[in-house]
Amino acid sequence: MEPATIMFYFFEGAAALSAASLIFIRQVFYGALLLIVCLLSLAAIYILAFAEFVAVTQILVYAGGIVVVILFGVMLTAKIGEKPLVVQHGNLFGGILAAASLLAVLLYGLAGHDFTPATAATTMATQNAVQETGFVMMRDFVLPFELAGMLLLMALVGAAVIAARTKNNRAS
Amino acid sequence: MMFPLQHFLILSAILFSVGLLLVVIKRHAIMMLIGIELMLNAANLNLVAFNQLYPNHRDGQMFALFVIIVAVCETAVGLAIILRTYHFYQTSVPDAVAELADKP
Repeated sequence: MEPATIMFYFFEGAAALSAASLIFIRQVFYGALLLIVCLLSLAAIYILAFAEFVAVTQILVYAGGIVVVILFGVMLTAKIGEKPLVVQHGNLFGGILAAASLLAVLLYGLAGHDFTPATAATTMATQNAVQETGFVMMRDFVLPFELAGMLLLMALVGAAVIAARTKNNRAS
Repeated sequence: MMFPLQHFLILSAILFSVGLLLVVIKRHAIMMLIGIELMLNAANLNLVAFNQLYPNHRDGQMFALFVIIVAVCETAVGLAIILRTYHFYQTSVPDAVAELADKP
């Protein structure tokens, strides 16, 4: 077996295991740490799927940004010196029924379909992949790119305004 | 070398189902956000995997990038709302928050 194949299955297993153990985790902090494991394994899988730029963005934005923000949220919504909050489970029957049936339908559909490409698969050029991605982004996708920048600015300003404390809080 | 597409899709199905399960059963707002992140990542994995079939196009990867950007916005606004409701109600259990307006 090639090393790349071993790495692919290893990271697939890591992503699936960390996601599955998120179900049984009762503390939000450990949940955030498991989310980092899952997202980094997904970044490795992206590299093996010839999507280097997406992988780097995944590491920078998800593992570096979103998980840190989630950890801040966990720490800001916990009282200092108190035992960590144990997350309760609710809606067990409906949730397990919905998720299991969705998984069964998806796996059934995947098993019945052959996804091997019709034409002889030419592998992607890995030589200038990131450069090519940059060209495509700034040439074909420049309008969505700029709109995404505006959306990000609006969302972050809105988040700062919402999270800012005002004087008449009920609790404080 | 291209890895079999089936494996990507099975992993994506697992991630999406786990995300849905987390959103439904966890009674904590941040765990529900983590579930939503897992579902968005499952969609991203599908986009990147199917992009391998078309080596001369990068549309799938571009869509994955924009999904990541929208996920950032969603997480930032969601956590701001969670923080605000926590300061107001002293709880982060979504079921315990039944009203949004401050009653006079």
